[in-house]
Amino acid sequence: MNVTVRKFDAVIVGAGGAGLRAAIQLSEAGLKTAVLTKVFPTRSHTVAAQGGVAASLGNSEEDHWHWHMYDTVKGSDWLGDQDAIEFMCRKANECVIELEHYGMPFDRLDNGRIYQRPFGGHMSNFGEKPVRRSCAAADRTGHAMLHAMYQRNVKANTQFFVEWMALDLIRDAEGEVLGVTAMEMETGEIYAFHAKATIFATGGSGRIYYSSTNAFINTGDGVGMAARAGSPLEDMEFWQFHPTGVAGAGVLITEGVRGEGGILRNSQGERFMERYAPNAKDLASRDVVSRAMVTEINEGRGCGPNKDYVLLDITHLPPETIMKRLPGIHEIAVQFAGVDALKEPIPVVPTCHYQMGGIPTNYHGQVVVPGKRTQNEIVPGFYAAGECACASVHGANRLGTNSLLDLLVFGKSAGETAVEELKKTPKAHKELPADAFERTLERLNRLETQKGGANVHETRLAMQRTMQKHAGVFRFNDLLKEGVQKILDVQKDVQQTEIKDKSKVFNTARLEALELDNLIEVAVATMVSAEARKESRGAHVRDDAPDTPERPNGRDDANWLKHTLWYKENNRLEYKSVTLRPLTVETIALKKRAY
Amino acid sequence: MMTTRTLQFKIYRYDPDKDQKPYMQDVAVEVDSTDRKLLDALVKLKAVDDSIAFRRSCREGVCGSDALNINGRNGLACLTDLASFPDDKPIVLRPLPGLPIVRDLIVDMTQFFKQYHSIKPYLVNNDPPPERERLQSPEDREELNGLYECILCACCSTSCPSFWWNPDKFVGPAGLLAAYRFIADTRDQATNERLDNLEDPYRLFRCHTIMNCVDVCPKGLNPTKAIGKIKDMMVKRAI
Ligand SMILES: Cc1cc2nc3c(=O)[nH]c(=O)nc-3n(C[C@H](O)[C@H](O)[C@H](O)COP(=O)(O)OP(=O)(O)OC[C@H]3O[C@@H](n4cnc5c(N)ncnc54)[C@H](O)[C@@H]3O)c2cc1C
Repeated sequence: MNVTVRKFDAVIVGAGGAGLRAAIQLSEAGLKTAVLTKVFPTRSHTVAAQGGVAASLGNSEEDHWHWHMYDTVKGSDWLGDQDAIEFMCRKANECVIELEHYGMPFDRLDNGRIYQRPFGGHMSNFGEKPVRRSCAAADRTGHAMLHAMYQRNVKANTQFFVEWMALDLIRDAEGEVLGVTAMEMETGEIYAFHAKATIFATGGSGRIYYSSTNAFINTGDGVGMAARAGSPLEDMEFWQFHPTGVAGAGVLITEGVRGEGGILRNSQGERFMERYAPNAKDLASRDVVSRAMVTEINEGRGCGPNKDYVLLDITHLPPETIMKRLPGIHEIAVQFAGVDALKEPIPVVPTCHYQMGGIPTNYHGQVVVPGKRTQNEIVPGFYAAGECACASVHGANRLGTNSLLDLLVFGKSAGETAVEELKKTPKAHKELPADAFERTLERLNRLETQKGGANVHETRLAMQRTMQKHAGVFRFNDLLKEGVQKILDVQKDVQQTEIKDKSKVFNTARLEALELDNLIEVAVATMVSAEARKESRGAHVRDDAPDTPERPNGRDDANWLKHTLWYKENNRLEYKSVTLRPLTVETIALKKRAY
Repeated sequence: MMTTRTLQFKIYRYDPDKDQKPYMQDVAVEVDSTDRKLLDALVKLKAVDDSIAFRRSCREGVCGSDALNINGRNGLACLTDLASFPDDKPIVLRPLPGLPIVRDLIVDMTQFFKQYHSIKPYLVNNDPPPERERLQSPEDREELNGLYECILCACCSTSCPSFWWNPDKFVGPAGLLAAYRFIADTRDQATNERLDNLEDPYRLFRCHTIMNCVDVCPKGLNPTKAIGKIKDMMVKRAI
């Protein structure tokens, strides 16, 4: 197989929010940049984000980045790195204002400023009461944002490679990253993008679970590529289950619905969140709400013929509010739940939504790994931002609206850092190693020649069911142990998937098989990391680490206040300490998390 | 007990790597009550025959990937209810009309995006950016509703006869909707240039208000109305 090499200053893999934000930085700096994406940029899953993006603009009431920082640290159950969190919260206003200047059609207040709504876990005055911090464009914030950023890139003349799938990372013997291999989908041809800076912005991997709010294309490609190239993955046991996925369909109903006054009810019509989070109620943090819902269902207070969902009720809200602020939700309820939300409540269940972990980076967007001198040594030439990266600002649980913020702030800072590095040390492209394409060609070759192998669809389904059952909202020691064995068995099947279609032209069977190679890395990393973490923290709650007076919420800071690092080789686990010291303010001290 | 149902399809197939010419393939697929949408059925079909090629991503009608010609009408597979199909007739699936075909249900969208790009789809404001947001009243912001929500699925442009005849010269409904989205934005300062850009016998004026675009838009948008407003502005500007 022939590999054509193309040279660029920088290659960005992914044209969702993070990739597009980084691309603006590089294109406007005049660097020769290639942006690869599996789908046309505006089809990236950022387009589906609904509720908003966090920034303490204080347009409706007093707010402060320091309060936002406090909420984010608390939301993360203290697993987030406080330097990165301070950085993100301080940069929020600037990044959101920039978007407005790009033309993003935010909703407006009467005084012409950006409209803001309350969201779970976002409070004023260090956790006192909910604050309006989420900047929104109706319930289509992601769509408005992604299109505005794509448009800005059109203006900046960014060079896109649309429907090109990156396959593997190219690294040399010193560990330096020199680009990626990729397939042009339309022709099936293989190329190498040889670059001085490689930025991963490939988004989430929510398709490892059976029930997910994520798009089909969210297959963890960047994470899988990094793992295969020897990079560790950080905190992969932490997955956010969003409380309100449409029962049966998985499609998301934004938390903004509860921000606008929506209420969760059980089969007795009771507003049950009052029992679990007396203060924040329906606007408690997502892990808290999801667990409360599962508890209600497990205790027999679920709704419907199988008592397996709860209801999200907005029938008490004025219809004008719903149609003005939540028009997309009204549409989704009709389409996917078959209900008119103005008149009937929407059946919802906790649904896999967001990966808190990912490729470890610092707050400059540079990928870091433990080295001889420090636990965060920079991998030369390698950057990551957005959901595929772990900065780590979300720790054990992400707050709603902090992800769109994360991709803005770290997309930008990865871009800025890459520009600085390229300007600081102007140099020729480092030579590609002799084995640069080996991993890719081996994978393609195997797929081409595999006989009597496993069916891609069934193998993926087996993985998704295993993850759903063994690493869900609540985790059990015995199920996790069994889960590790099961997922390793599925991995064996993934190593011998077989496709019938061998065409070169837009071969989606081949693409799905290649995606499954990435999904399985994420799934194994998740299961192995989860089995090993013997405490409850944030979204990771296990039966053998219950809430006790010595260990509130089952959290064990003495032994487990540390980041997991999973390596593909032998499923090895290492740990590194959490950065508790912020950049300028005092550490937000450990305490019990309650809402 | 889960109720199942067998759906009959006639699907346009063409793989330039092996087929001399396109053909219609008859296939059946069994769906159950958890399969609500056409896309669910297509995914089931692909599990059996991995060679059938179509685009899809978000499966909730916001990414615009899975636009198809379904029983002669353009629409998104992920928003088309299986329940809407009668039992006694096969479901006929074709690629979007008027664009070159890459393979099976996948069309080459180059021309469509070229037209979108031709209207300069970005905000133009040459004042130095203020420290804070540019102000916009809720009423002015309202003007963008029905315009900014476009998902670029191309259902509209590829159902428009004027676009079929002149895809290289007529901007098409999607591109014109986007043009008006910027004209209507109080923050944009390029209205005149935008009108100049469309002042041409083809780019704008090939719209003969056939309204297929309005009919098929899966987001319920109205490009014809936007086009009408641009035409009005042209007229006003001329006098
Ligand atoms: C339904 C939903 C609603 C949400 N709502 C909110 C919200 O209101 N607020 C909030 O803060 N967060 C929200 N989130 C989370 C947030 O939207 C995502 O975390 C975020 O958009 C991810 O952005 P990204 O740029 O990292 O990735 P994506 O937008 O997913 O983009 C990934 C990009 O990578 C490309 N790519 C992937 N693999 C490859 C490959 N191998 N080769 C080439 N290209 C590749 C894709 O084509 C795509 O362009 C929501 C998430 C979902 C699912």
